[in-house]
Amino acid sequence: MRAYNLTHLRELESESMFVLREVAAQFERPVLLFSGGKDSIVVSHLARKAFWPSPIPFKLMHVDTGHNFQEAIEYRDWWAKEINATLVIASVQESIDKGRVVEEKGYNASRNVLQTTTLLDAIEQNKFDCAIGGARRDEEKARAKERFFSHRDEFGQWDPKNQRPELWNIFNGRKHIGEHFRVFPISNWTEMDVWQYILLEKIPLPTLYFTHKRKVFNRDGVIYSVSDFMKLKPEEKVEERIVRFRTVGDMTCTGAVLSKASSVEDIIAEVAAARTTERGSRQDDKRSEAAMEDRKKQGYF
Amino acid sequence: MTTKSYLDMELLRFTTAGSVDDGKSTLIGRLLYDSKSIFQDQLEAIENTSKQRGEEGINLALLTDGLRAEREQGITIDVAYRYFATPKRKFIIADTPGHIQYTRNMVTGASTANLAIILVDARNGVVEQTRRHSFIASLLEIPHIIVCINKMDLMDWSEDVFEKIKSDYTSFAAKLDVRDIHFIPISALKGDNVVDQSKNMLWYNGSTLLYLLENIHIASDVNHIDARFPVQYVIRPYSDKFHDYRGYAGRVAGGIFRPGDEVEILPSGFNSKIKSIDTFEGPLTESFAPMSICITLEDDIDISRGDMIVRKNNKPEISQDVDLMICWMNEKPLQLNGKYSFKHTTREGRCVIKDVKYKMDISNMSRLADDKNLSKNDIGRITIRTTVPVMFDSYRKNRITGSIILIDEATNETVGAGMIV
Ligand SMILES: Nc1nc2c(ncn2[C@@H]2O[C@H](COP(=O)(O)OP(=O)(O)OP(=O)(O)O)[C@@H](O)[C@H]2O)c(=O)[nH]1
Ligand SMILES: [Mg+2]
Repeated sequence: MRAYNLTHLRELESESMFVLREVAAQFERPVLLFSGGKDSIVVSHLARKAFWPSPIPFKLMHVDTGHNFQEAIEYRDWWAKEINATLVIASVQESIDKGRVVEEKGYNASRNVLQTTTLLDAIEQNKFDCAIGGARRDEEKARAKERFFSHRDEFGQWDPKNQRPELWNIFNGRKHIGEHFRVFPISNWTEMDVWQYILLEKIPLPTLYFTHKRKVFNRDGVIYSVSDFMKLKPEEKVEERIVRFRTVGDMTCTGAVLSKASSVEDIIAEVAAARTTERGSRQDDKRSEAAMEDRKKQGYF
Repeated sequence: MTTKSYLDMELLRFTTAGSVDDGKSTLIGRLLYDSKSIFQDQLEAIENTSKQRGEEGINLALLTDGLRAEREQGITIDVAYRYFATPKRKFIIADTPGHIQYTRNMVTGASTANLAIILVDARNGVVEQTRRHSFIASLLEIPHIIVCINKMDLMDWSEDVFEKIKSDYTSFAAKLDVRDIHFIPISALKGDNVVDQSKNMLWYNGSTLLYLLENIHIASDVNHIDARFPVQYVIRPYSDKFHDYRGYAGRVAGGIFRPGDEVEILPSGFNSKIKSIDTFEGPLTESFAPMSICITLEDDIDISRGDMIVRKNNKPEISQDVDLMICWMNEKPLQLNGKYSFKHTTREGRCVIKDVKYKMDISNMSRLADDKNLSKNDIGRITIRTTVPVMFDSYRKNRITGSIILIDEATNETVGAGMIV
C-alpha cells in the first residue's frame, strides 16, 4: 500500500488554501493587502489556486507610500492583470494632503508609520471587514504570537494579551459592526519555505529580488538605494554596487544586500547560509525591541 | 540542504507544556540556539536585553517571549510559534504558557500538535499544573509525550531525583490515555541532553531531546479510512469557459476520495458520484487528508457550505444531541441551559447546554458528578442540543470531525473547546 503522506510544503500550501477559503466564506468584503513583496505574491498565488476556476473573490489593495521602487510598481500592475484581480490603491500621499497624517522630518524620515492611518482609513471607507496579509510568524517575535484570524477592535487595534483562543483549524471570524479581522494565511511558513515554494511553483518575481547594479549609499550599516525620497548626509557618498533585496517595501526603510544571486536557486543557497534575518536589513524594526508589537497594536500590518 | 531533500521533509508539530517557570521557553531557546537556528541579529537583540536587565549570560527565554508584558514579567502569556528544520524534519513549535490563568492559550497551542514536551522542574516534581497539562494533552489525543525533567543542574544531576519523578509521573499517567511516553533528564539552561549529550549525567544513556524529535515514529495522525469531506465553499465561476461549473471546495478531513466514488451528501441524504477532483494544476486521480481540493459531482444537487460529502457505506453520526468533553475558556462560567453558537468543521449553528455530567478534579483525576460549575480553565463533560443536525465522529477517531467550539453570542468570543466523545 502506498503511504498517504503530504510533504511539509504541500501541507503548508493546503493549510493556507483552507484559510483563504474560510475568509471568503466568513466575510462579506475581504481584501488582500498586496505590497508587491514575495510574501504577498505567494498569498495571491495561493488564492488563485484556492478558488480556481473562479477568479479570486476579493480585491487586492496596495498601501502606497509613494516611495516605491519603480520595478515593484510595474510588477504589481502586471501581476494583478495576470491573475485577473482588481487592484485598489490607498495612498499615503493623499492622507498627507488631507492632513490625516504629518510627514516625518529629518534624514531618517519614513512614511512607514504613516501607512497605518492610510490603511485603517481605506478599510473604513471601503467597508472591508477582513484584510488578508502575507505576514509570517518567523519574521519577528511579536508576529510569532499572532493568530491566523486576528481580531481588531473598532479602532483597528490588536490586543495581544487578550487574543481569542484559536483551536484546531476552526476559525472564529465573528465580530461586531465596525470591527474587522486581519488574516494571515502563511503564518506557518518560514522564509525558506516561501523561497522553496516559489521555485517549486515557478512564481515570477519582481527583478529587485535578483542581483543587479544599483547606485547605493551606506547609512548606519544599511545599504540604501539612492532615490529622490532620501536626502544624503554630507559625509555619505554614492557608490555603484552589485546588490539585491531580501524584502521589498518602502524605499526609505528597505536595505539591500550585496549579492550575485541571479536565480531562485541562488537565493535559496544564500538564504540557507544567511546569518541575519530578512528584517535585519529593515530599519523600522531596529527602533526598539517592542517596535513591531507597538506598531501592530495600532493597526500596522 | 538540497532542494530535493527540503521538499521531502516531514512536518512535526509539537508543543511545550508544564507549570510556570519550569523552563519551557528556555528549552525552546536552547533548542534553537544549539541547533544553530538563530540568526545573528536575533541573538544580538536578546544579548542586549539580557545585559540591560543585569542577567548573567543570555536569557534564551527572550527568544520566544516576544511581548513586552512577557519580558517585563518574565513569564509567557500567549503561545509563540517557532520554526526550525534539521535535515530530517521540519518543526513547528508552539511554546505555551504554564500559568493557570493562561490555560486557554496552552490549549490553543496544543490543539494542532502531534507531540508534547512536558517539563517538570526537578526541584518540585510533578505538580498540579503538570497533571492539568498532561490531562489536556491526553484529551487532545496528542499521540506522543516527552517528559523532560529539567533543572537537573540544581539537583546535583541526581539519578535518584530523575527516577523518583519518572515513577511518580508514570503512576499518574496510567490514568491517562497516552500511548507513547519518554523521559529525559535535562538542563535547559546549560544545554544538557537537549541537542548534545550531557557530560554531567553519564548514568543516562537514552537519547537527547533533539534526537528523539527527529526520530520518533510519527504514526500518521491523519485518518485515512473514513472518508469525510466538509464542504467549505461553493465554486461557481459564471464564466464562458466554465459556464455550468459547480465545484465544492474544501479540505479532506479523512479517508480517500477518487473520481467515480459513490457518495452521499449529508445531511440531505442525496446520493451521487464524484465526477472529478480538480486543482489549479489539473484533475487528480485521488485525494486524501489534509489536501485542499475541489470536488465536482455527476448530479446537480443543492449543496452548500457546512454539508458533508461521505462514502455511502461509511457514514459519521448524524445527530442534534452531542456529548463532549469541554475545556472552558472564558471568565463567564458555562451556563447550564444557556445558549451558544457553535462551529464544527465548516458547519455552524446554535445550541443549548442540556447537561453537565461531571467536572474533572485535576488534582486526583476524579469525576465530580455533583459539581456542575464549569469556570475558566475547568474541564468537564457536557451534552448539547443543536438547532441543526451535526455530522460527527468521536474525537478519538478523527480530530477534525470530532472537534467543536462554542462561541458566546453576545461577545463573539470563543468560550469552549469541545472534544466529541
Ligand atoms: N538552573 C536552571 N534554571 C533554569 C533551567 N531552565 C530554566 N531555568 C530558569 O527558570 C526560569 C523560568 O524559565 P522560563 O523558560 O521562562 O520558564 P517557562 O516554563 O517558559 O515559564 P512560563 O512560560 O511563564 O510558564 C528562568 O529564570 C530560567 O533561567 C535549568 O535547566 N536550570
Ligand atoms: Mg515560557
